Amino acid sequence: MTQKTGAADVLTVTANGLYCPAGDFHIDPARRVANALITHGHSDHARPGHQKVLATRQTLEIMRLRLGDHFADASQQIAYREPLAIGDARVTFFPAGHVLGSAQILIEANGRRVVVSGDYKRAHDPTCESFEPVRCDAFVTEATFGLPVFRHPPTSQEIGRLLQSMQLFPERAHVVGAYSLGKAQRMLALIAEAGWDRPVFIHGALDKITELYRSEGAPLCDTRKIAAADKKKLAGEIVLCPPSAISSDLWLRNFPEPRIGFASGWMRVRARARQRGVELPLVVSDHADWNELCATIADTGCSEVWVTHGAEDALVHWARMRGLAAKPLHLLGFGDEDEADAVQDAQETTS
Amino acid sequence: MNRFAELLDRLSFEPSRNGKLRLMTDYFRRTEDPERGYALAALTGALAFRHAKPAAVRALIAERMDPALFAMSYDFVGDLSETVALLWGATGVVASRPAGSNHPPLTLSEIVETLSRAGRLDLGRLLASWLDSLDETGRWALLKLITGALRVGVSARLAKTAVAELGQVEPNDIEQVWHGIAPPYLPLFAWLEGRAEKPSSIDPAPFRPAMLAQPLDEKNFDDLDPRDFIGEWKWDGIRLQVSAGRDPSGARILRLFSRTGEETTGAFPDLADALGRIEADAFALDGELLVVRDGRVQPFGALQQRLNRKSVTAKLVSEFPLRLRAYDIIAEGDEDLRGAPFEERRNRLEAFVANSQSPALDISPLVRFDDWQTLAAARADPAAAGAGDDAAAVEGVMLKRRDSIYTPGRPTGPWFKWKRDPFNIDAVLMYAQRGHGKRSSFYSDYTFGVWRTSEAGEELVPVGKAYFGFTDEELAKIDRHVRAHTIEKFGPVRVVEHGLNAGLVFEIAFEGLNRSTRHKSGVAMRFPRIARIRWDKPAAEADRIETLEAMLPPT
Repeated sequence: MTQKTGAADVLTVTANGLYCPAGDFHIDPARRVANALITHGHSDHARPGHQKVLATRQTLEIMRLRLGDHFADASQQIAYREPLAIGDARVTFFPAGHVLGSAQILIEANGRRVVVSGDYKRAHDPTCESFEPVRCDAFVTEATFGLPVFRHPPTSQEIGRLLQSMQLFPERAHVVGAYSLGKAQRMLALIAEAGWDRPVFIHGALDKITELYRSEGAPLCDTRKIAAADKKKLAGEIVLCPPSAISSDLWLRNFPEPRIGFASGWMRVRARARQRGVELPLVVSDHADWNELCATIADTGCSEVWVTHGAEDALVHWARMRGLAAKPLHLLGFGDEDEADAVQDAQETTS
Repeated sequence: MNRFAELLDRLSFEPSRNGKLRLMTDYFRRTEDPERGYALAALTGALAFRHAKPAAVRALIAERMDPALFAMSYDFVGDLSETVALLWGATGVVASRPAGSNHPPLTLSEIVETLSRAGRLDLGRLLASWLDSLDETGRWALLKLITGALRVGVSARLAKTAVAELGQVEPNDIEQVWHGIAPPYLPLFAWLEGRAEKPSSIDPAPFRPAMLAQPLDEKNFDDLDPRDFIGEWKWDGIRLQVSAGRDPSGARILRLFSRTGEETTGAFPDLADALGRIEADAFALDGELLVVRDGRVQPFGALQQRLNRKSVTAKLVSEFPLRLRAYDIIAEGDEDLRGAPFEERRNRLEAFVANSQSPALDISPLVRFDDWQTLAAARADPAAAGAGDDAAAVEGVMLKRRDSIYTPGRPTGPWFKWKRDPFNIDAVLMYAQRGHGKRSSFYSDYTFGVWRTSEAGEELVPVGKAYFGFTDEELAKIDRHVRAHTIEKFGPVRVVEHGLNAGLVFEIAFEGLNRSTRHKSGVAMRFPRIARIRWDKPAAEADRIETLEAMLPPT
């Protein structure tokens, strides 16, 4: 299915990931490179040690916070929708709606327009700028939830289920796992939006990122750090923690009859929730669901689709049925933040 | 239907038994007749819809979407009903028609009553219209309901316990009246709510909750006196209770039950028929279901041929003849024998089996011993200790106190099971396949092999498949190994890197070994499972086929 012309004129796949020869840069490279364009701050996309990093101001802030001041030899910030020439290519960042500062990158080179989506979603999120479709010849998309069984319900419905459970079990602490960068803050904003007026108690690993979001103006509800001694008193309260903490008997100890929730797109599949011992699955995802993936491909007007990671096979199959040229890239090293990254959680807990 | 769907949904995520009971009792209290009666029927497995089979559900979705997209979705989710419930209405799945929501909300009663009248040809249309009107949870519950596999962690017994709590009666009181009533159980609820008398029909062939043994810890021997116990073989079959009586007209009523009280009469009609011919008016026996051919108990694999069959053919019956090997009698005539000591019941059982003269019934012989050493020797070598030709079907010994009464559940002290030590070998992981149900989306079914020398040199030959014996954490770790070391994919199967210099070694425990013409290796394991994951062991040091061949029973 590979074509002689198209996305391949602009991008190639190297051992380090997506590479644009015209501008001599990589996008979200898996290993140390000279020039890296970073779509967003999640650790599988934003790795330390590149010589030069180009990203939005918020993404650079997040990298600094998570990776330390020396996350790269040099960094340059770029605003949304402002084109920048790099070598023989021109790049423009557009909001991706995934997390604070997340971007899709339009590359114009050799007379072609290629958009690399990074991770993205179309659903409601008060904590970051919404995704905007960009017309292009070729669209390089993620497919974390690229199976038609994945459709994320409206977030209001899922937050409603959390609040209903709070009413049914007022004697229990509701401990909800949510990825520490993005998901947790989105939950805090959605909970505020639903009218919850008490503070939400947060795990230490969420603290710094949550403060960053707040300083960027995200409409979060009031939060309190959890001191170990207070756990016993948290009956009837919402506790937010990184996903690894809901599997930690040690950390869960002392909460009054903890009712375990998990905010993740994977919660749509029952077995996934049960495998993690989740009693209250909340289907809230920062990735596009199947319908959004299909609609976005149509919105870009592209004739060619490359699928970076996730359930590539199904989305590629669907795109080909629609007459588009499509291929899976099988990029290694990308995951979904809910599934990977216990290590990252651990690092943040101790830092 | 919404409330029933919500109940099933919450049951499926509720981990604790008490929590499940609370959810069900609360549902029965808040829900009106006949809705709750049909719910009880669904939870106890008492509903069966003739035409609603998984194939019908498959057909429904096949008409509406691309087969490859469906296959990938099903492979990920691992459960047909859930897959279809999730797919309904997605991009790429043809919508039936915009939902005209003028209808009153769908009730469980409407579904049950409509389906009981509907013909096979109506099914697709009915299902589609119901699926259109329900949300995701509702669709999931509907499909679980009609395909008869709720799998929400509720046994029939637990559902009856929940109903019993409604009227503050004992679960056994429900069992007593159960077979005289039918869905939607109006007289039952009327009685439990104090609006009517207890339903009078006494079931002539009720289930009596089974007594179970606890595993023996060899340290126990210091505190036990061999003279207090009777020994029996522990058979590698399926626990079965037969309960027989006569209805008021004198006609034979006979039922077979699993140890959890699920009725299995329909699965073994040949055995039920044969046992029904025993002349005694009423009796209840506890024993082991075995396949016995030419006077020899067959390996468990033969019995497996009789399980989960849609229809029981004459061929199946003659190839795999069933027998009940009895080891207890818990009722005879009007007498409830559960309060009598085991030694006395054993005498009654011997007399009963001798009088019955039934080819489908025999008695489980005793294992004689004076001290624990003799018993240990019998367990190690059943063939020499009296099990003879049937030794291959012995998986250990049972110890029962002479004075033990028949107590439902797993009481501590009266009965022990002492299983044989399993065999162990080290084998190399070769292929992995995704699991289903609880383990869907994890690579949890493993094919492993051992070394042999062929013309081409050293090679691994598959000797078995295991899908349990590891913790959830270990599963996640093996899953990561599989994904990182896949060298090829065939549909749902991944070939995992294996060779002299690479591969993951499992210590496999199994109960026994048989010759097999179906497997390339020539051997078939019984109950293989992963005893340990040997992350440390080089693949080249795994066992060889010769080691396994030496374990085969003599021909």
